[in-house]
Amino acid sequence: MAFTTEQISIMDSIIARYPRKRSAIMPLLHYVQSIDGYVTNEGIELIGQKLELATAEVTAVSTFYTQYKSKPVGEYHVGICTNTLCAVMGGDLIFDAVKEHLGIENDGVTSDGKVSVEHIECNAACDYAPVVMVNWEFYDNQTVQSVKDLVDGARAGNPPAPTRGPKTLRSWKQNSAVLAGISDGLANEGVQAGEPTLLGLKKAKGGA
Amino acid sequence: MSIQELSTEQAVEMITCVIDGFEVTVPKGTLVIRAAEKLGIQIPRFCDHPLLAPAGACRQCLVDIEINGRAFPKPQASCTIPVENGMVVKTQLTSPVADKAQKGIMELLLINHPLDCPVCDKGGECPLQNQAMSNGRGESRFEGVKRTFEKPVAISSQVLLDRERCVLCARCTRFSEQIAGDPFITLNERGALQQVGIYEDEPFDSYYSGNTVQICPVGALTGTSYRFRARPFDLVSTDSACEHCASGCAMRTDVRRGKTLRRLAGEDASVNEEWNCDKGRWAFKYEVAKNRITTPLIRDANGQLQEASWPEALAAAAAGLKDARAGVLVGGRATVEDAYGYSKFARVTLGTNNIDFRSRSHSDEELDFLSTVSTNATYKDIDNADHVVLINFEPEDESPIVFLRIYKQVHKRAIKVTSIASLASRGSEKLNANLVKTAPGNEVASINSVTDLTGKSVVLVGERASETQGALSAVAKLVKESGAKLGWVPRRAGERGAIAAGAMPNSLPGNRLISDAAARVDIATAWAVDSLPSATGLSTQEIINSDLQAVVIGGVDPMDISPDAKLKLSKKFIVSLEIRQSDITEIAAVVLPVAAVVEKSGSFVDWQGKVRKFEAAVEQSLNRSDVRIISMLADEIGKPINLPTVKSARVELESIGNWDGAKPEMKSTVSNSTKSVGPEEAILSSWRNLLDKGSLQDGEENLAGTARGSVIVISKSRASYLGVKENDLVRVSNNYGAVTLPCAIGDIEESTVWVPRNSLNSQLIRNLGVVSNSVVKVAKA
Amino acid sequence: MSKLTPVLSANWDQADSFTIDGYKRSGGYTAVAKALAMNPDEVIQLVKDSGLRGRGGAGFPTGSKWGFIPQGDNKDHYFVVNADESEPGTCKDTPLMMANPHVLIEGVIIGSYAIRANYAFIYIRGEVTHVVRRVQQAIEDAYKAGLLGKNILGKGFDLELVLHVGAGAYICGEETALLDSLEGFRGQPRLRPPFPAIAGLYAKPTVVNNVESVASVPAIVNQGVAWFTSMGTEKSKGFTLYSLSGHVNNPGQFEAPLGITLRQLLEISGGVRKGHKLKFWTPGGSSTPIFTDAHLDVPLDYEGVAAAGSMLGTKALQIFDETTCIVRAVLRWTEFYKHESCGKCTPCREGTWWLVQVLKDLEAGKGSEADLDKLLDLCDNIMGRSFCALADGAASPIISSLKYFRQEYLDHLSAGACPFDPMAATLFESAGVK
Repeated sequence: MAFTTEQISIMDSIIARYPRKRSAIMPLLHYVQSIDGYVTNEGIELIGQKLELATAEVTAVSTFYTQYKSKPVGEYHVGICTNTLCAVMGGDLIFDAVKEHLGIENDGVTSDGKVSVEHIECNAACDYAPVVMVNWEFYDNQTVQSVKDLVDGARAGNPPAPTRGPKTLRSWKQNSAVLAGISDGLANEGVQAGEPTLLGLKKAKGGA
Repeated sequence: MSIQELSTEQAVEMITCVIDGFEVTVPKGTLVIRAAEKLGIQIPRFCDHPLLAPAGACRQCLVDIEINGRAFPKPQASCTIPVENGMVVKTQLTSPVADKAQKGIMELLLINHPLDCPVCDKGGECPLQNQAMSNGRGESRFEGVKRTFEKPVAISSQVLLDRERCVLCARCTRFSEQIAGDPFITLNERGALQQVGIYEDEPFDSYYSGNTVQICPVGALTGTSYRFRARPFDLVSTDSACEHCASGCAMRTDVRRGKTLRRLAGEDASVNEEWNCDKGRWAFKYEVAKNRITTPLIRDANGQLQEASWPEALAAAAAGLKDARAGVLVGGRATVEDAYGYSKFARVTLGTNNIDFRSRSHSDEELDFLSTVSTNATYKDIDNADHVVLINFEPEDESPIVFLRIYKQVHKRAIKVTSIASLASRGSEKLNANLVKTAPGNEVASINSVTDLTGKSVVLVGERASETQGALSAVAKLVKESGAKLGWVPRRAGERGAIAAGAMPNSLPGNRLISDAAARVDIATAWAVDSLPSATGLSTQEIINSDLQAVVIGGVDPMDISPDAKLKLSKKFIVSLEIRQSDITEIAAVVLPVAAVVEKSGSFVDWQGKVRKFEAAVEQSLNRSDVRIISMLADEIGKPINLPTVKSARVELESIGNWDGAKPEMKSTVSNSTKSVGPEEAILSSWRNLLDKGSLQDGEENLAGTARGSVIVISKSRASYLGVKENDLVRVSNNYGAVTLPCAIGDIEESTVWVPRNSLNSQLIRNLGVVSNSVVKVAKA
Repeated sequence: MSKLTPVLSANWDQADSFTIDGYKRSGGYTAVAKALAMNPDEVIQLVKDSGLRGRGGAGFPTGSKWGFIPQGDNKDHYFVVNADESEPGTCKDTPLMMANPHVLIEGVIIGSYAIRANYAFIYIRGEVTHVVRRVQQAIEDAYKAGLLGKNILGKGFDLELVLHVGAGAYICGEETALLDSLEGFRGQPRLRPPFPAIAGLYAKPTVVNNVESVASVPAIVNQGVAWFTSMGTEKSKGFTLYSLSGHVNNPGQFEAPLGITLRQLLEISGGVRKGHKLKFWTPGGSSTPIFTDAHLDVPLDYEGVAAAGSMLGTKALQIFDETTCIVRAVLRWTEFYKHESCGKCTPCREGTWWLVQVLKDLEAGKGSEADLDKLLDLCDNIMGRSFCALADGAASPIISSLKYFRQEYLDHLSAGACPFDPMAATLFESAGVK
């Protein structure tokens, strides 16, 4: 997809954040994903041009990081934590059940393009295990059933809200723009913290 | 070496440490792995390379280290740690911990490495194979699944990649980025899937890609042309010098049963370090081309060349030359010894100074410059330069190792580079050069505008400076006034040597001016002749235009000089000394076959003035060097030059030595008026791309596959005036002819158009009759 | 008596704790005014005196790190926050930034002021969109409030703060890999020396601090060295966040003085999962050698944990009960290290590849006792041989698990399969949800 003048000027503003422009490569890759859904050749070439890098150098960076996708993912990209703790506590079961439920393998996308599934590593929410991320939003304390409901809702265009996140789940592309540092104005939505986060404070204050 | 240099070298602090019980003293900053080498202790390694920044990636060189009694808690990579006073190092030879660490790493390196050594090009000369034998475990404990990849991947038309063999040492990627400035190959992916790769639409088209094949410590990178062609132990290696340009690369030529199978960069710290360019590495098939001439030829009454015996051919040549008003065209690729033979032959046998090595654009001003201005710059001066000025010189295309040396300092010290050129070439962009955008013909003003040069600055001027009147005079003035070092960098390997040999119309061997009677006496004495011709001879173009009756011609392509050169020469009696059929053999009365570089010994003089001797790599060849033939011809004519061997020529030239008497100043030539152009016109600018239609690249398709695209470069405003966008066809024409190529919109001087001088569909003398500094029409095609 | 000392978490129960108003209401941004009134060197000294040590794992004294930055060198300095929290089990910085990003920003301003940096970055992992939103918003609000940008609080100090979002690479938590990543390269560790304090970001003097370390600074500035050093142990001063997860009744974040024990934390929180008993646990993430129920009383400070043969790390206390198969747990961690190995060096790249294959066989009951020795020997060839500490982390769970649970590995071999029922370890049956 060709990039619009407006998109290119946003890229320029991303570059302007940094003392040296090469530093902008990661947000620019997130930004390309927010437009194309994944890291397209057009995106690589444009970033190369903008940052005065060889396309090989851009590829070297984009393939290093797992969040940059070389092919399209679903509108709702579901990451299921199968690192030790989540896996043991149910993540493995959830992962197997969801793949079977959707009829896709790891890194697969449903034929309607709505949902893709990936097993992910520890997502820094172990006190909410088992953890599932959708478009990198937290879905805490999941069960096999809750995740089946989640993906069914997503395919129907009606996914449940994240546990700790905005009121409505945004699409993969929309969230990619947030990761590129482009505000969607939703920071104030959602809880400040979940129960486990507050447990120590509560105990300190003499709570049960 | 100047006194100043000596004193700075003495000022280097020396460090003494102990390795495996032996004391060694090395300059501060020396890495442990290299200090060990000084003691003859070989620590195994893969990623380490002395000319690349340390990576510490392969971990093969782990050793135990303590400093002043304090031991590092774990083994250290000896390729990343500089020695220190009080350091005690224990390598695998004395430390069981280091030994186990190294064996452990080797085992890990091999778990995913295929056991395909019997079919791998590297087998027999493979650092992994060798070090696995010397420093590895006898047997692997790995029983699992090896990593596999699709193979091979062509990362360019000349380099293939077998990823499963790769040990991820990053030598190739570091070379591309740090040495060549061409980061087209990178490490991609991550972890166990990390792999070398290119971006899918951008192949590894670097002029220097072959070096990655050479430094790959396994068989992961191989050259397409050599793949599966030979086993290293069947090859006979000979040190040689590169004949492709004046950079002066040391080379190694590997021959099997009389046939060159590959050429590698040789090592010479004062010249090419350990690198060469792809042309030097991969352009050698010309010597076995189908049109190679193997016997003497004489033109018969019907105008056909007929095979002849040597006595017949020499007699025929002598008959045509004897008593004729004659001249000699040496060509730019002769060895010093051959050029010396031609030089002596012209004076002694033909009795003339009508001799010129310049087989390209040239001027009298250039002749004056070359015979009076001393060029003293060296690679070392570039290493120490504060500022490098390039004048009508594109080092990446015209002397690629000079480019690498400048790039090294740009990469390391960000030195200032100024380029006086019509456009920002890829090379000058890589050098981050300050471009003094100059239309051809306007160089003098640009040269005069260069300021802040010091004694540490280096001015490098290319042979194309002769194409602008006054440019070389301005260069001489600039250097004289600033004290900067000067280098004149011709493209061809033989030009500096031809100057030393006196193969030019105004000079004799050893830089003796013909106009100087004392100099003439010098040479006459050395040659045991009564006198030498005293009139300045004719230049190449003058010889062609003259009414001389006969011309002896070495390796010359008339299409390098002027469009009508062949026709004009065809009216004369031509004796051609050639390795292959050519435009000259087509018109020659007598053709005498000579040896190609790999078949003979000799020497070139690089742009620094450094002699690059080489021996014959193909010893069995019956072909002989030009000097041997020309000496026989002199005998036949009856005015011998007594140079029966290359060695005799070398010894005689060395004994003559260089002129140490006074020399006149260079005459100042003023620049002529600049051209004005209309909106549909432009001033033609051009140079030869490194990889192009050059005759020594004939038959090298894999190499040609990496040549830069043949494009016409125009400015943005011209593009909009013409209504063309990138890659649209543009036509450059004059009364003589036209060139039509896709255009590239570049940072080029507004009134100028750039066209490749000798590339695909763009051979300017053939197509336009001119190469530069001439008004042409530019239109949308 | 509760040993808990909520400082960082003190205002997290306020619904607007993450807003600038919420933070200010609980005393936020008063430390920065105090710090900017001090000489920068005094700020460094204050942090040195507090004994604050890095909370990201290595425990290096924060004040010393700041003190290493050469002053008066006419070079740009950079202050970089390592918010790439990715060590398995670690989940403290993420909720902190979600609940109160401003305390981090306040710490960044103070730290940057101290080391004379006018440009700062927060390098946050990319897999936490909502935390990115919160921090980004907080930065924007801080700019609006004159706390970032030119002439902060009218004190003549300028600071630009940029949130840099990662893209999924555990190795970027290693500070030099982080810097390469921030410069726009592949996140692979750099050779040291030079250390970041001399040649860090863009080869300029740079401090890289963990989120929790930086966020602890405003409280130290406000409440003083004496207050801070009154908490903790002799060499491990102050409070910290302990993250309790896994087979416990009540997982969560617990802020307590350094030196608290797991037994105490379990008592406070509500203990190991009902009906089960503690089998093994990590004191500070998966890279720290595991502990067992024999280590319940190890003081959780830098020295105490080290003396017991592990590392305090990130204080990520992952609790596993007797239903968990040690081989499965270790294999999964090893797969993590294999996935996250950057690929730069041989022992890590090839070693993790091999370790996974060996462990997979062992989990499936294939192999012989000799394979356990081979496994240990491989670990010996990997640990301490790699470019950075990632591979050491990979070897830790293997070596420590074989130390405590060798018999369980052998049980797999004699059974020819894993003897555990994975269902028993899940929460689902006990929670009644399947």
